[in-house]
Amino acid sequence: MATEAHGAGEPGLVFHPMDQFMVKPLFGEGAVGVFTLTNVTLWMALTVLAIIALMVMGTSRRATIPSRTQSVVELLYDFIRKMVEDVAGKDALVFFPYIMTLFLFILFANFLGLLPMAFTTTSHIAVTAVMAMMVFLTVTVVGFVKHGAGFLGLFWVSSAPLALRPVLALIEVISYFVRPVSHSIRLAGNMMAGHAVVKVFAAFAPMILISTGIGIVVTPLSILAISTIYALEVLVAFIQAYVFTILTCVYLKDALHPSH
Amino acid sequence: MEGDIVQMGAYIGAGLACMGMGGAAMGVGNVAGNFLAGALRNPSAAAGQTATLFIGIAFAEALGIFSFLVALLLMFAV
Repeated sequence: MATEAHGAGEPGLVFHPMDQFMVKPLFGEGAVGVFTLTNVTLWMALTVLAIIALMVMGTSRRATIPSRTQSVVELLYDFIRKMVEDVAGKDALVFFPYIMTLFLFILFANFLGLLPMAFTTTSHIAVTAVMAMMVFLTVTVVGFVKHGAGFLGLFWVSSAPLALRPVLALIEVISYFVRPVSHSIRLAGNMMAGHAVVKVFAAFAPMILISTGIGIVVTPLSILAISTIYALEVLVAFIQAYVFTILTCVYLKDALHPSH
Repeated sequence: MEGDIVQMGAYIGAGLACMGMGGAAMGVGNVAGNFLAGALRNPSAAAGQTATLFIGIAFAEALGIFSFLVALLLMFAV
């Protein structure tokens, strides 16, 4: 389907907007196996390196009056720590390193994906689904270890009338198992949609300039649209990392305090 | 011929799935608008509720994302 846009003589887009999400081997051509180094590997490694660089550089001096880098690190640390404490409670601070890791990885992957020619690793459902499944399994295991069978009280809404409770229990169970789906697709979908929109406008600009004379009007407009959507994407990159993290905290709160 | 009709159906379905985005837009607008209305009445309490605002927006938006997913499935998986 994607190749149809490249048909000879047909007035189509110069490149397909979904082409940017293709996983390709880094060296040479050929099939992608389990151990093939791909562009996903590269950009994930860059994400991890960027996080390590920021954290090591920021905390190496440990000055009383923080440098700029140290301020950024302290800001991020305090932000997430406060969020975990406020949303999930004090006893959830055991999970703070895990939540901080999730937040930093998603934030840096989103921001690095905004670089031109970069690959957005978080735009693949395979990547976000693994993170969401880890959160889901953690929450379920923690809930059952802490409360045993009492964790099932999460599905039994005791404040509702007795006749309604079985129906509500069914809805609660369904919504519990849909969590990893919506958790992962929200992040991947947002990143994918935003980047695809940028690419659609990027493909508009030269196409109309070549085929007709009205390019003088449309090309500057699409370039303006790219800049505007790009600015919005910077905001979305942060907000989606924040939303993923805060939902992790909300789910964790359910596991630690399952009462309704 | 049959394949063309199937593909036409997939494309029409993908377009119809985009209507879900309107629902998500109404939901997110409702959440944000009501938050703003409440925040302007009591600005001192607003700062503590931004986390709730984002959780509400995320839940409202999730269903719009599902419609986007249906559109993607119709375009690339059917």
